[in-house]
Amino acid sequence: MSGAMSIIVVEPDRDRALQIVDSLREAGDYDIHVIAEATGLARQIQRRNPDVVLIDLENPSRDMLEELALASGPQERAVAMFVDRSAEGLSAAAIEAGVSAYVVDGMQPQRIKPILDAAIARFRMFQRMRTELAETKRALEERKVIDRAKGMLMKARGIGEDEAYALLRRTAMDTGKRVPEVAAALVTAAGLLS
Amino acid sequence: MKAATLNVGFMPLVDSAALIVAQEIGFAAEEGIALNLRRAPSWSSLRDLLCFGHVEAAHMLSPVPVAAAMGLGGVGVPLSVLSVLSVNGNVIGVSTALAQRLRAAGHDFDFLDAAKAGRALIAEAGRGLRIGVPFPFSMHSELLFYWLTALGLPAPQGVEIRTVPPPLMAEAIKAGEIDAFCVGEPWGSKAVENGDGHLLLPGAAIWAFAPEKVLAVRSDWAEAEAELRDRLIRAVWRAGRWLAQPSSLTLAAELLSRPAYLDLAPEIIERALTGRLVISPEGEEREVPRFLEFHAGAASFPWRSQAEWIGAQLAARTGLDRAAAARLARDTFRSDLHRAALAPIGADLPGASSKVEGALDMDLAVPSESGRLFLCRDAFFDGRVFEPCAG
Repeated sequence: MSGAMSIIVVEPDRDRALQIVDSLREAGDYDIHVIAEATGLARQIQRRNPDVVLIDLENPSRDMLEELALASGPQERAVAMFVDRSAEGLSAAAIEAGVSAYVVDGMQPQRIKPILDAAIARFRMFQRMRTELAETKRALEERKVIDRAKGMLMKARGIGEDEAYALLRRTAMDTGKRVPEVAAALVTAAGLLS
Repeated sequence: MKAATLNVGFMPLVDSAALIVAQEIGFAAEEGIALNLRRAPSWSSLRDLLCFGHVEAAHMLSPVPVAAAMGLGGVGVPLSVLSVLSVNGNVIGVSTALAQRLRAAGHDFDFLDAAKAGRALIAEAGRGLRIGVPFPFSMHSELLFYWLTALGLPAPQGVEIRTVPPPLMAEAIKAGEIDAFCVGEPWGSKAVENGDGHLLLPGAAIWAFAPEKVLAVRSDWAEAEAELRDRLIRAVWRAGRWLAQPSSLTLAAELLSRPAYLDLAPEIIERALTGRLVISPEGEEREVPRFLEFHAGAASFPWRSQAEWIGAQLAARTGLDRAAAARLARDTFRSDLHRAALAPIGADLPGASSKVEGALDMDLAVPSESGRLFLCRDAFFDGRVFEPCAG
């Protein structure tokens, strides 16, 4: 019997999955398997019978794992969300980082700690990247709509780009709105009129 | 004075309406609080966010706090139910293929008679039926198991229960992973809208007054933050009263449809709010009185007997001691806190904290603080009643 603990990582994004696997490999010698497909998640995990399951907190399929916690047949291993009573508060740190860990009941916390430490570090980074990506996307969308609104104003009023932007900014200040909101309203209204 | 901000988690469902309305229409502001509403990706994540203190309060499946008290699932943090956020509101649906077989066998999809629909379903699909539910600890599971078991198909043993998060239910039935589902609106209607599902029954046909979602907080928070707790109870109660007015429904559907909340067309959300459900892709409509209730019949009141019923069902299934389960369960539904918070604003609430569940076959006037309260019909489809341990 192999002594290596088996870990399943539930992660649909291939690049992210590879990064998690890499960081776990650095943390120790584990038997790691990645599941990308949410279909039949509970059954796939049951078949593999891992010691630990790691899943993104944002993954809606996580609820499927909860039914494993109820499994009690002779061939089934009880799976519970990892809760540690240690001073380090690993569970709380994991939730904070956006990862939830399910472990087979009765597993020694000290055996899980390096796995969770590695996963938490990795997920923290993902979370930061996710926030940055969302912010960047929003900023780009806003810039796009401001450009469209500026173009409309320049054409309709025969003014220059700087003047068009100044007009948007003045209107925003007068109405207590943000410039992107005023621009979006103008673009929508123009769409209705055309 | 700056309003105190409470982080409140919710799942994208029509029955989260009272929380969204409390914030958007200003009932929270009236109480000097602001709700920072955070949409959760799954019930387990929402439960954990609550337990680990990332949100102060959560829209929660009514059996979750009871299960937690009994040591089933979750992380072992005691939760308290301050209010019932919604009564009823689930639908049971079947795949197009199964609907065709049921129709061929003569079932009329009256969307009313649970015994008739259940017998038809058992005769046609029977053992091995694959049913999707949103969560192992949910009113959806309890209603399904109660219904099928009462009709002679022992559930969950005789069927295959699959956990599918609500927003994914429509996809699961389309992909053929399940034959039937029990889910909260608008996700049943979404399956119909996609052309992949037919609605068989409303949850209310099985139990006429089932506590569906609750306002849950950590028990230690409820003790430590009595003032905020009471303000939250009042804001949500006023939101429920507002939702009960027919004139509010159009606006409510619009609010819920926003991208930050349900992110779905208001036409689909409206069906649950008005109780006029489209049950098939062909557009057949059925009207269900009290399909989803936020206020009437003291809907917000967390009856200790409702918790006991949930505890008894869970105990029977997991082999735990029933009397102990009933005691643990009843303590999670804080009818005392609910009543105390609402007393100053003259809300009409029952004098008792426990009742015989399923005893009312019609609406009934009962003694209350102002003496004018009606309790709603709460019968089970098979006519059984549930006697709580203590009054």
